Amino acid sequence: MLKNIIVLAKQVPDTKNVSTEAMKADGTVNRAALPAVFNPEDLNALEMALDVKERFGHNVTVMTMGPPRAADILREALYRGVDRTILITDRAFAGADTLATSYVLALAIKKIGNFDLILAGRQAIDGDTAQIGPQVSEKIGINQITYTTEIVNIRSGIITLSRTLGRISELLKTKLPLLITVPAEANQPRTFGAKWFIKYKKAKTVRELESSVKARIKTGELKTEEQDSKIKEILEIYREKKLLIETWSANDLNADVDAIGLRGSPTKVKKVKSIVLTAAETKTIEATEAGINNLFHELIEDHTFG
Amino acid sequence: MADTYQKDGILVFLECDHNEIADVSLELVYKARELADRLKVSVHGILITGSTAISYSEPIFQRGCDFLHVTEDERLSFYETLPYTKIVSEIIHALEPQIVLFGATPVGRDLAPRVASNLKTGLTADCTDLQIGDHEDKKQKKIYKDILYQIRPAFGGNILATIIAPDHRPQMATVREGVIKIGPLNDKRGGEAIPFPVELNDSIFTNTIIKRTVAEKKLNLKAANIVVAGGGGVGSKENFELIHKLAETFGGMVGASRAAIDSGFVGRDHQVGQTGTTIRPKLYIAVGISGAIQHRAGMEESSKIIAVNTDPNAPIFKIAHYGIVGDFLEVIPMMIEAYKGKE
Repeated sequence: MLKNIIVLAKQVPDTKNVSTEAMKADGTVNRAALPAVFNPEDLNALEMALDVKERFGHNVTVMTMGPPRAADILREALYRGVDRTILITDRAFAGADTLATSYVLALAIKKIGNFDLILAGRQAIDGDTAQIGPQVSEKIGINQITYTTEIVNIRSGIITLSRTLGRISELLKTKLPLLITVPAEANQPRTFGAKWFIKYKKAKTVRELESSVKARIKTGELKTEEQDSKIKEILEIYREKKLLIETWSANDLNADVDAIGLRGSPTKVKKVKSIVLTAAETKTIEATEAGINNLFHELIEDHTFG
Repeated sequence: MADTYQKDGILVFLECDHNEIADVSLELVYKARELADRLKVSVHGILITGSTAISYSEPIFQRGCDFLHVTEDERLSFYETLPYTKIVSEIIHALEPQIVLFGATPVGRDLAPRVASNLKTGLTADCTDLQIGDHEDKKQKKIYKDILYQIRPAFGGNILATIIAPDHRPQMATVREGVIKIGPLNDKRGGEAIPFPVELNDSIFTNTIIKRTVAEKKLNLKAANIVVAGGGGVGSKENFELIHKLAETFGGMVGASRAAIDSGFVGRDHQVGQTGTTIRPKLYIAVGISGAIQHRAGMEESSKIIAVNTDPNAPIFKIAHYGIVGDFLEVIPMMIEAYKGKE
């Protein structure tokens, strides 16, 4: 029997499907207009975790660090059949780079404890860094196998798996516990299961439950003095029905304030330049020396060259 | 190469790709030299290998490496995260470089974040350019001199971000293959190879390889920033030489439409389109390609598209950012001249 399986997931803006509505007049992307989605390769990691659960048993926990609305992807994970979800959210985490993020995720993993396998997507489509997996495994002091395409077998603490490193393919054995990252080509993620969808549609975070109570006070349905007892009562019901999405803050994790958020992030963004995606029109260039010289001048200016 | 230059230098991780130094590592040494000359410091390389490394050293020195540190151990023949992390972390502790560079290869992207996490320093992934510059922190009224600008696309390639790590050393980055242009090499340049022995317990080698296969080196059009592609309109294999020449001038790769491949102008691995490779380079130059939908599906997401065609009504012009109606036999030589003039 395996110990806990933990999947690290991220909610990301859907950069792969930049629609015309998400474009500003100047041809740059309006990020606010992009829908937030389950990071695609994290779904591949989740699929691999659920497959391991079916073959070798035990619980799958999905955790994500992000703003409160990231609870959406945790519900999506529940619809696919995971056992436990944890939202790690706190204003103090804002502005975290990969080092500060991996510190928090490592604390949360240690808090869950008793794990054999940690899975994450190879990379997230908003940053494409592929850094979180390795940085987390270093922080919790376990081995990692990135680019894992298949788990072949798990037996007595030894895992056999396939991975690709560029043009190199390896079939290898290593010890648990282990962190693996999963690329898109590994599998085809499953869709929602009907019975889970019906059950977990109602799954809520503490914060979501609190605001629903507050909304009922606003409409006059509940009295202000009833707020605290009502919240307590509802939380209890949700916990009992396993519909409560756990929410952990910086305090819950005893996080060092100097290691989280902007303060814990060595890297800073100095400058950002939008890249214009589509030309409104085709520019006609004269097939003359002057025409081509001007064109190349333009391409050097906009950094197409170099 | 004075000894005083030893600390505070630039360290490059030299990746062995199946018994040879990976191209990207050599590109990085070249870039490191450029940055090091600006900073007046030394370039160090760390090479981790399972067998004797002497034959590797010449191209590394020619590209500007001063000190080549070699960790040799037969258990290190194949990349493995934990021992490699230990060695790279140790050389960083020993040399205290201000900058550490890795290729953004699968190995580099496995290793660099692990090392950065260990050293609690910043890391920027997948850079397409590196520069040295100053930074003013207005809040703290502090000026940082000569720090590393790490430039990378982000947000699905929709933005170009300049990342810095002003308060942390070393400054670390992984850099994409093929983005650094290598100039002429200095054949006479030498350097010093220094053994860097690291004690490794057997327990750090946790992986047992059951089977390992290495695929043939394939033409990787996806990695190219610039692709020059020819179509049926190019007319002959001889004419197609001009496509190769233009691609070479830009340091780009050669693509082709199905028509060009079926006519035997160039090999099938160059095919761009629905049945070939789908690419989105920074610049795509379509020469003598009419722009059938199957071809367009493979390249229309390129950041910039230049089309050269004698037929002003060719569909390729509908998706091109720049259209040149003319004979490529005249236009390409003009392009080569124009580019060389701008360098």
